Amino acid sequence: MPEAPQNEKVQEKAQEKVPVTVLTGYLGAGKTTLLNRILSEPHGKKYAVIVNEFGEIGIDNDLVVGADEEVFEMNNGCICCTVRGDLVRILDGLMRRKGKFDAIIVETTGLADPAPVAQTFFIDENVGKKTRLDAVVTVADAKWLNDRLKDAPEAKNQIAFADVILINKTDLVSPEELDDVVARIRGINPYARLHKTERAKIPLHEVLGRNAFDLDRILDIEPSFLEAEDHGHDHAHDHHHGHGHDHHDHEHGHSHAHSHAGLKHYHDEEMQSISLKTDKPLDPDKFFPWVQDLVQKEGPSILRCKGILAFKNDDERFVFQGVHMILDGDHQRPWKKDEKRESRIVFIGRNLPGKKITEGFESCIA
Amino acid sequence: MSEGRSDTVSVVERTRILAAGGVVIAAHFLGRMAAFVLAEEALLLTAPRGEPKIVAVHGGVILASAVDDTRIVTGGDDGKVVETDVSGESRTFATDPKHRWIDHVALGPDNAVAWSAGKTAFVQGKELRQYEAPSTVGGLTFLPKGFRLAIAHYNGATLWFPNAAGSTPEKLDWKGSHLGVTASTDGRFIVTTMQEPMLHGWRIVDRQHMRMSGYSSRVTSLGWTADGDWLATSGASQLILWPFQGKDGPMGKQPRLLAPSEHRIGVVACHPKQSVIAAGYTNGLLLLIRIDDGAEILAKKPGDAPVTALAWSADGMLLAWGTESGEAGIVDLA
Repeated sequence: MPEAPQNEKVQEKAQEKVPVTVLTGYLGAGKTTLLNRILSEPHGKKYAVIVNEFGEIGIDNDLVVGADEEVFEMNNGCICCTVRGDLVRILDGLMRRKGKFDAIIVETTGLADPAPVAQTFFIDENVGKKTRLDAVVTVADAKWLNDRLKDAPEAKNQIAFADVILINKTDLVSPEELDDVVARIRGINPYARLHKTERAKIPLHEVLGRNAFDLDRILDIEPSFLEAEDHGHDHAHDHHHGHGHDHHDHEHGHSHAHSHAGLKHYHDEEMQSISLKTDKPLDPDKFFPWVQDLVQKEGPSILRCKGILAFKNDDERFVFQGVHMILDGDHQRPWKKDEKRESRIVFIGRNLPGKKITEGFESCIA
Repeated sequence: MSEGRSDTVSVVERTRILAAGGVVIAAHFLGRMAAFVLAEEALLLTAPRGEPKIVAVHGGVILASAVDDTRIVTGGDDGKVVETDVSGESRTFATDPKHRWIDHVALGPDNAVAWSAGKTAFVQGKELRQYEAPSTVGGLTFLPKGFRLAIAHYNGATLWFPNAAGSTPEKLDWKGSHLGVTASTDGRFIVTTMQEPMLHGWRIVDRQHMRMSGYSSRVTSLGWTADGDWLATSGASQLILWPFQGKDGPMGKQPRLLAPSEHRIGVVACHPKQSVIAAGYTNGLLLLIRIDDGAEILAKKPGDAPVTALAWSADGMLLAWGTESGEAGIVDLA
């Protein structure tokens, strides 16, 4: 048989990695309901489930492992470089069972920060070799999320960090209240896939197999207001707050019409996203030092970032993503002939210095 | 130096190859009986020329193993500590009351067995004792003198006298996650492997710190030479040996670097009598390396999978190895 080309081999290998889905959500939002729903669907797949050791509600699955949610700081002087030590241990143990399950689901406690979970996959070589982070799925309570966003920083983190958000218990709120929750979420995270559910009822493929951390699929970078069913977006043209900080920086680069009549658009005072783009090629010798320096300095406030970049004299797209200070990137594929060579970059974080980031990005233009 | 070491003196032809039937995570000897610990459920026992025997020991994944003169002790995700003797007779030594994973095992003086499940370290000597570590236990080892256990955990290690009721365990602090622990043969130094690609050490008497870094990946395998002069380590694309001859250990000294390769060393085993280290590389290469002059002997050619397990027999005449793809071998140097 002829040898397969190298890149195909590499891809095959990536496919062999066991996908790991992280379920987050504030207390009582419906995480366990979603988990039990996933497990009870007639999917014919076997899942290993990692739950908090002190969880109260029963999980109906053969392979359930209790975790301690032990977070420790890496000894590299960076306080945001935190890892879930128990996950390193448990995933290593689970991966010794070759071929006995198809995917792993990690359910975190309601107060957990998703960042250390995600960082574990970037930092631990053994974990990264055998498993891959598929997506962070956050379950939000339609009735109580707005309150939690005010009084629980954990809840805001979970929304900001998510790839997929379920607004659950929609039957308990009015359509107006629901629109309000959607707008609040979009004010924090315009990039996550948003679903409105009752009793966490959702097709499985919307939650599992998302490949949200796959560099080859950093395509969901467009804010989700482009999706027909969802209305929120990241603009702040309807201010419900009276503070005075510069919140217009993140509007940079967008030009669509503001025509969602009757819909509210919130700007979260603390957590924002910044989306930047340019059709001028970037200089890699300027961009990499800039972005490295940025995440070194602003790492604690940057929850996630991702980007697709067009470099000068480079016919391949470069894609990258990051969690706090950790960056991961690679050349992805050649630019297509009819494709617009445009660089786009997105940050989600807390009190981001928008002006500084915008100016920094623009200074990277070749 | 060519990667295949084709011009190196070889003992490859003295090897008996076996199919272990699964990933080999560790190897041990009970006398001349080789024992290969598989990732799931079983041990493979065989005399150098005897018929291999599969011994089922756990109802799931085997997470840890240790050996003394008479038995192999294993810990599994079935919550059991199992001991197996040279004839292949096994029995359950202990069962965790909550059926937690048995992450680590260690064997000590007077047939004592130590194991850990989550944050709890247990020692079964004359009586069963237990100690709650501040966080999940990362590693266990008995010190060579006295009845004392070293426990690695987050932010350091703890030295515990299980039989000294009421005594306060001694804390050795260093920030970070400590995932393995070993004591120097003279008992003066404790060294831990960390989540970061580095080792950390303490001189017990004054808690002087030693930072040992320069690795390209996490150090997962350690061994002391027979004379106690060197600590051999995996984790780099060459054999890194830290000097422990002087009263200050490796403080202020450079390690000795031998047998460079394009591939990393994943597992090391020190010869029980001579200053020779067996080093298994991630490309399947296995070399015997003499410390004095760096001379190399080829014990296994590169293959399709990393070497994951190594053990010497007590007389130093047999070397057992295993790989991630389930290949195993016994090299007879007699």
